[in-house]
Amino acid sequence: MRLEYFQLLDRIVELDIANRTIRTEATVPLESTIFQGHFPGYPLMPGVLLLETMAQTSGWLIIALTKFERMPFLAAFKEAKLRTFVPPGTTLSASAKLEHEGSGFAVAQAEIRVDGKVTSDCEITFRVVNFPAPDLKTYMQKEAERLQFPMGAIANG
Amino acid sequence: MSSTFDTVAKIIAETCDIPIETITPESHAINDLGIDSLDFLDIAFAIDKAFGIKLPLEQWTQEVNDGKATTEQYFVMNNLCARIDELIAAKGA
Repeated sequence: MRLEYFQLLDRIVELDIANRTIRTEATVPLESTIFQGHFPGYPLMPGVLLLETMAQTSGWLIIALTKFERMPFLAAFKEAKLRTFVPPGTTLSASAKLEHEGSGFAVAQAEIRVDGKVTSDCEITFRVVNFPAPDLKTYMQKEAERLQFPMGAIANG
Repeated sequence: MSSTFDTVAKIIAETCDIPIETITPESHAINDLGIDSLDFLDIAFAIDKAFGIKLPLEQWTQEVNDGKATTEQYFVMNNLCARIDELIAAKGA
């Protein structure tokens, strides 16, 4: 996880195209400039970045389901709950299930677990569009390699 | 059994916090009811679920942007409900 680069995920560990689910993992770094302000003497993973972790997890599921043809952009969070504090060094297990694939939008239910216990959850709405820039698609394909995206799941899905 | 209009009006009223009595068959969802594109995603989600269809929002938006259709054709309530009925009929065909 590199907070300053908005790389909130370390790897994709499960992708089930048929059931429209995904699971990712990431470990909150022990040190980051973000913790200098959030908070001095009491570092915590910011809640907005936990939401972003769930959004990125859900986003990779949508990219998988659209076979890298379309890009999801965050549109809305609903019923977002941040249930516990998340300190540096915590390993997060994030998962998402696609609830609905509409015309130009998608809705996912996502959560983060720490040691098996739900620490954050929400419903997320995305606008889903064709990649608006070739560079973005190239970047996402490169990111997929870093995250060990299981390309075979798409081919077989 | 409630009509398509009743169901859609109820969805819009609950999603956008609009008094249901202000929603008429002649209401334009955007111009009269003030529904923006983000709220309309919520409405489309609820309509898709309620009727088991997929509103072709992208196609409609493209047609309006290309000047091939007007927003009235898709977003005035009685026209929207007619489109929904067509999608329901096509699903069962």
